[in-house]
Amino acid sequence: MPTMIESPLAHLSEEQLEELGREFDAIHDEVYEDLGGRDREYITSMIEMHRRLAVMGRVLLFFGRSNPAWLLGTSTLSLAKILENMEIGHNVMHGQWDWMNDPDIHSTAWDWDSASTPEAWKHSHNYVHHTYTNIRGKDKDLGYEIMRIDPHQKWNPVYLGQPFYNLVLAAFFEWGVAFHDLDLEAIQKGEKSKKQVMKELKGMGRKAARQIAKDYIAYPALSGPKGFKRTLTANFTANIVRNVWAYAIIFCGHFPDQTYTFSQKEVENESRGGFYIRQLLGSANIEGSPLFHVISGNLGYQVEHHLYPDMPSTRYAEIAPRIKEICERYNLPYNSGPFLTQLAMVQRTILRLAFPGGTPRPKPGPYRGDDSVPATNGRRTGPAGPEGSGPEQTDAGVRVEMPAN
Amino acid sequence: MAERGATPNVSPLRRRVLKAAGVLFTPLLPDDYLELINPLWSTRELRGRVERIQRETDDAATVLIRPGWDWGGHEPGQYLRIGVVVDGKHHWRAYSITSDPGREDGFISITPKLVGSGVVSPHLVRTLTPGAIVRLGGVEGTFTLPDRLPAKMLFISAGSGITPIMSMLRDLDHRGELRDVVHVHSARTLDEVIFGGDLRAIAARHDGFELHEQHTAEHGRLGPRDLDRICPDWRERETFISGPADLLDEHLELWDADPEADPDRVHLERFQPKIGGEGSGGEGGTITFLKSDKEVEAPGDQPILVSGEEAGLELPFGCRMGICHTCVGKLCSGKLRDLRTGEVHGKDGEVVRTCINAPEGPVVIEL
Repeated sequence: MPTMIESPLAHLSEEQLEELGREFDAIHDEVYEDLGGRDREYITSMIEMHRRLAVMGRVLLFFGRSNPAWLLGTSTLSLAKILENMEIGHNVMHGQWDWMNDPDIHSTAWDWDSASTPEAWKHSHNYVHHTYTNIRGKDKDLGYEIMRIDPHQKWNPVYLGQPFYNLVLAAFFEWGVAFHDLDLEAIQKGEKSKKQVMKELKGMGRKAARQIAKDYIAYPALSGPKGFKRTLTANFTANIVRNVWAYAIIFCGHFPDQTYTFSQKEVENESRGGFYIRQLLGSANIEGSPLFHVISGNLGYQVEHHLYPDMPSTRYAEIAPRIKEICERYNLPYNSGPFLTQLAMVQRTILRLAFPGGTPRPKPGPYRGDDSVPATNGRRTGPAGPEGSGPEQTDAGVRVEMPAN
Repeated sequence: MAERGATPNVSPLRRRVLKAAGVLFTPLLPDDYLELINPLWSTRELRGRVERIQRETDDAATVLIRPGWDWGGHEPGQYLRIGVVVDGKHHWRAYSITSDPGREDGFISITPKLVGSGVVSPHLVRTLTPGAIVRLGGVEGTFTLPDRLPAKMLFISAGSGITPIMSMLRDLDHRGELRDVVHVHSARTLDEVIFGGDLRAIAARHDGFELHEQHTAEHGRLGPRDLDRICPDWRERETFISGPADLLDEHLELWDADPEADPDRVHLERFQPKIGGEGSGGEGGTITFLKSDKEVEAPGDQPILVSGEEAGLELPFGCRMGICHTCVGKLCSGKLRDLRTGEVHGKDGEVVRTCINAPEGPVVIEL
């Protein structure tokens, strides 16, 4: 049995959880109140940019005959595909833009360039993963049913192969996700009807056929007999690049060392506040430039995204300081790290847990403010929560009397 | 699902070509790329470009719109659902079309009056600029001129109730049919008469068109009884009334009470259709929502949409008044009652609107 690491969840009283629930709710409401023209402008320009990049990439591959043209065309197409999946598709299907009431940019109408049908994805991701985040045995994204990513998972000789199929999964991530959406476990347990499985398989087949027809037949054919192979390899490469990038970002979301997982018992009768704290503890951010955040679909703000999956992604960066402030005030961790560090941790865990045993990695402890901000002598300077809530706001700070003239 | 514009009149050949080209764009459509060049080229929904905005009064303006595809046509007096983006959000409203179908430039127009507390009308009247793209929804309304024009007509309107009548007058003017028409229109002041200039110009051109303007701030309100003075032969005229609810109600009363007047010859424009109303409810029945896997016992005077929502279902909806077709579902079996007309209808496999239909006996709907 792996040693237990006590979860910060245990330190919080029911009253504190209730207050936290209110505070987190308030941030969501405030942002929703404020959504408007500038947000719409962002997503429509992002969608426009994707389409322009896609056209540019295809045109470069069509006309370009040199190797640099191939490289440029493939890179442009890869970038377009990444934007389409991450900043646009994933976020639109979360309903982040439903408030615009736009008939096209809407979670019920959107389809993406991926092997998963929108219906299957919205079920396995929006519902199962975002509801049961990091609950062992319930969140099927914990190891995607094929990997041992948490020491609490029972070891099985099959896991010896996971360093290898980890790589295969990275390269063909969208297909892995599509099969994952099928939920083989539910099929085995008989929780899913044959009819439903057939329907989902058919949907997947349709998506696959269309992607193959587009990327591996139609565009190569348009390039003529001489260009066929060039375009085909370019499209294949772009799909692989997109898959590897999506894999890397997504695996950094919940599997780095800082994150906590939860037993089903721990989350029995979970309150609203408890839900928020589980999302906070179970997710990890990736630090990066604004450009990095755009091409990772703002999933570098995994914590904020899991607190508010339906909040437009552009707002995550804006609310991040407020989330940190709450973490500071309630002695909670705010999981975050540079991209390569996070990715290295995930890979280490995958290698280590391929073998029996293993213990949860040490956790960083409560968030103590930004390193770039000079230390404040241990004194808390953050504002108090509503009605002075928060365990660390007992004193009123230093009182200074102004010298009399 | 959010409401979208009407399906445009696109040639079948063009649709086939676009469909075939779809293989290069999946899961997007060629439309998604063509719209970058010109948003009016969408074949998924009809859009229009605002060409001109003419101030009519201090708080009303006519918006002239060029439809993206050939205008499917409308009958004078009908209204149009129009979708605009205000501060990032799409809003849909119904406005009477104020242009007549015979315009040579193919434009259509609406003439919104500013509602201070509103979202859409302040945008249309105050901040909209030429070049803006709007979505054009369905055209509906039964407040129209009869196919065979009556010999004598009377129009009664007040305030912005003039809008559907303006389209009728323009149509009659174009067709040279303003032979014996009386128009009684009330507005607070001379300056507040929407289309004042147009109305007076038509009156100057046609002897058969008699315009009575009542400026109520100065001369007081007109009651139905004033008709005897202004238009003594009102009983003999096919009458069209458009305006606030009390204007409609008090005139209807007059026609009902007068033994020599025929209430069947009065046509009304109510901006809010009365769903329910007199005796429109039927027996009700069990609604089976197939996709939601739910059975609901529903009364006969309540839209299917409402019955479903009360049972906790999340069903698609838009206008909730039978116009936009966002709420549609396939009727698998059973009969429905249209709550606007009381008519019982429904064929198996028909696509029906849940916001205006109630079940008449057990029904199965694919929603």
